[in-house]
Parts: sequence; C-alpha cells; structure tokens
Amino acid sequence: MSEQGLSDSHTSKWSMVGKDPNTIPLDEIDLAHPGIWQRNEFLPFLERLRRDDPVHYCPKSAVGPYWSVTKYKDIMEVDTSPDIYSSEPSIGIVDAFEEFTLPSFISMDPPKHDEQRRVVQGVVAPANLKNLETLIRTRVCEILDNLPLHEEFDWVERVSIELTTQMLATLFDFPFADRRKLTYWSDVATAIPGGGIVDSHEERWLAIQECMAYFTELWNQRVNAQGGNDLISMLAHGEATKNMQPMEYLGNVLLLIVGGNDTTRNSISGGVLALNENPDQYAKLRANHKLIPNMVSEIIRWQTPLAYMRRTAKVDTVLAGKNIKAGDKVVMWYASGNRDEEAIQNANAFLIDRPNARKHLSFGFGIHRCMGNRLAEMQLRILWEEIMKRFEFIEVVGEPTRIYSSFVKGYSKLPVVVHPL
Amino acid sequence: MVKIVFIEHSGDEHPVEVTPGGTLMEAAIDNAVPGIDADCGGCCSCATCHVFVEEQWLNKLAPMGPNEEAMLSLSPDRKENSRLSCQVPIVDALDGIVVKMPEFQY
Repeated sequence: MSEQGLSDSHTSKWSMVGKDPNTIPLDEIDLAHPGIWQRNEFLPFLERLRRDDPVHYCPKSAVGPYWSVTKYKDIMEVDTSPDIYSSEPSIGIVDAFEEFTLPSFISMDPPKHDEQRRVVQGVVAPANLKNLETLIRTRVCEILDNLPLHEEFDWVERVSIELTTQMLATLFDFPFADRRKLTYWSDVATAIPGGGIVDSHEERWLAIQECMAYFTELWNQRVNAQGGNDLISMLAHGEATKNMQPMEYLGNVLLLIVGGNDTTRNSISGGVLALNENPDQYAKLRANHKLIPNMVSEIIRWQTPLAYMRRTAKVDTVLAGKNIKAGDKVVMWYASGNRDEEAIQNANAFLIDRPNARKHLSFGFGIHRCMGNRLAEMQLRILWEEIMKRFEFIEVVGEPTRIYSSFVKGYSKLPVVVHPL
Repeated sequence: MVKIVFIEHSGDEHPVEVTPGGTLMEAAIDNAVPGIDADCGGCCSCATCHVFVEEQWLNKLAPMGPNEEAMLSLSPDRKENSRLSCQVPIVDALDGIVVKMPEFQY
C-alpha cells in the first residue's frame, strides 16, 4: 500500500505535469507518478489511453515497468480473475522494501484471504450497521451543529476527518481521546516521503512502529477479555487470525484503518466539491432530498477515492489483445474505468439522479470488493441528510489542496463557508 | 412463460412472469422487484443479488460454480440454500419457483 519508490519531487523527470496528453508518445505516458493527480490533470491522460491504447505498457517509470488497464470491461476481467491476476505481493504499485513488508488480506490470494477476511467482515456487514446508524447520526449532528457559520473553515479538518475518525475509533473500540492518532497513522501508511506527511522513510517507519506498539497493547488487553465485538477483539479471537505474526496483525490493522478512513473522508470532501462545480445538481438535491442515496453512489463514482488497485500476473496471459507475461505488474485504474463512456453513459457528468448509479468501480469487484462499502454509503447518506436539514449551501471558497499520490485520490484542504437555511 | 415469486425480507411477495433465457436476477431487475441490487450487472462479482431458494427447487437449479461459491462464502448472511440470482438461468422446469431475499444485500 506504499509508494516509497516514487520520486519525492514535483519537478521529477518522471512527472507528467505540463505535458500534452494528446501528443505525448504513448510509451512515455506514466500514470503512476503522483504529479498529475495532485494537479488534477489526470483525466485527459486517462482518456487518451482509453481511446488509443486501453491496455497500455509503460516500459520505464520511477516504479519500473507496468501495465495500465483503463477500460471498464478490462478492469472487470482482471478484478474477477484472481487465479490469473494475483493480489500478492502488493496491491500498491511499488513492491515494498523488505523491512516494510506488511502482509494483510487485501494483498493475499485465496484461501488465506478468504479466511482472514471472514473474521472481520461481520463488523461492517449491513446487519451490524443497523445498530450503528443512531450513533453515526448523533455524531454527525454534533459535528454539523458545531460548525462556524458565515466564516471560512477547512471542511476536510472539521467534517471529513472528524467524522471518519470517530467512526473508525468506534469500530476498533479505540480510546476515543486518542482517535486522531488513527488519522495520522492512516496518512502515514500511504504517505510518500517528502509529499507533505513525512519527510523520510525513517520518520515513516517510526510512526508505524508507534502504531504497532499501541495496537499490540490493545491486542493484549482484548485477547484475555471475553466477547468484544470490535475489530481488534475479532482479530484476537478469530480462528484464522488469532495466531497471526505481529507484522501480519499490523498489516491488517493498517488495512482496516486506511480502508475505513482515507476513502470515506475523501468522498465526503469530494461530494461538496462536485456539488459546487455542478450547481444544477445542487439545486436538484435541494428540491428533492430523496435523491441522497443515489447521489451517494454517484459521489463515490465521481470521486473514486482509490485511483487504482494493482495485480501481478501469475501466468502468461492475453488481455484485450496484449501479451502480458507472468510476473508483470497490472494496474487497474478505477479512476479511468469510472469515466469510460462505453460502460457508463455521459461518464464525465456528475448526475445525482443517474440511473444505475451503483454500477461503478470504486469498490472494486470480485473477492476483494470493498468490505466496508455499505458502511461508507451509510455514513455519506446520513451526513447529507443532516446537512440538508441545516444548510442552504456549503460554499467552496478557494482551491482545494489535493494529495500527492496516484493511489489515494483526495484532499488535504477544502476551504468552505456554510450558509444556514 | 415461467412464474417466479420473489419474497422480500419484510414478507412482501412479488410474483413475476418471464420467458426462459435470462437469469433470476434479470427477472427481478426487469420487473423492478426491490431487494436485489446487482451492482456488478450479473458477472458474479459483488454478491448483491443474494437469494434463498426454497428447498424443493434447489436441485432443479444450475449447479454452483467456483466463483459463485467464492463470492457467497464471503457473505455473512449465507445459508445452505443461498444462491446468487445472476448465476441461475431460468428454464421451464423452474415454473413456480419461490425465492426469498435477505434483509440486506452485502
């Protein structure tokens, strides 16, 4: 899940920023470099590849050679063929350095993946979510009722981070006062040294060790206690996970932290931005709050909070006429498949009443499909229900600051002013 | 025509009639039966068209493939008579089949 091998600088020779997506030679297109993602210039590069070279080989990049899969149907084929396209050793584009190797079930194949995932998925299964709905709503109301009115503040900090971090603390039964540590560790887990979160690999590793120590303490408390239904208790008591190696525990903890944090956080911010960029859709929402559940799916498609997942070919294979060799890295660009006009009509438009809005790639498909998808949707739905009861307009008043990553597609700042009803 | 009765978790019944050829999932979607999401569009990769098939019909269905088994095995609501409705082709022998839906699609 890390991208340590990427260059630290915006002025890196690998950056695509400023290059013309329509005239650059195909084999020089490198989607993995974070530059165009942070500058919000990635869409025309994705469009070019979908049109001219949908399964594209990038022979040289800061992270080595890799394939980019950009069409919806090809992404589906890769995602639903785990026998051909393995999730091991990593679902990030970089093969982690050995000392950073953190196994977790997102980067495992069956049967181990299935066994470990089964242990924890109950916590975010819809039946359990029903019990969480009241709590989530109470917290959403508290966060919204304490926002300053008629003055600028950072929506990411006050709402997106706060809400997702509270939720995560609940799922882990994590000491509530310390919950911002979860936010920090989540950011660190996917950070590129020099990209704004940490300055060096050493600093990153120190933070991860701190996380490890904290969660080891929680494991030790819960392994001897009875009947907890939080994620740590589930891991500590689950048949397939109770004898995990420490690094595997840490890997799974970080997976659950990142999975439950960055993704929902950035969809919360992205929704505000999308509605500001599409005032006709905002008007539609004001006129009909029943559109909220459908809008939530459309926001998740439009934002695509994780731009890609990587697989590794286990055997020689052919995808859309291209010969992929065993061992090749194959990157499924969900951010591209979600804009593929052949699969999604009018794919570049943000339409809150879009038919079949649930048919998007942001959660992935197949056995690795996002485990927390229903929780994410529920958090967003409740948030927007309560927003619409209170505010006429959440006005974006400045440029958002985007994250330096081609994996986590999101925002570190979104300046807004809220106008009450 | 083949008659199918979909029963929601709430107990609401939705009888539909379809021509053989499609799948159980398509019969539900085409007739706007609530309770089937079918996010992936029918390629056995999201487990959101989960149904419970009444006992006497189980052995008349197309057998379960490894992909369906893999997806279903990850669903916390799975029972003995669980199937993914997108993997069940409708044939004449299924005339009168009754399927129930779980409270939630995962």
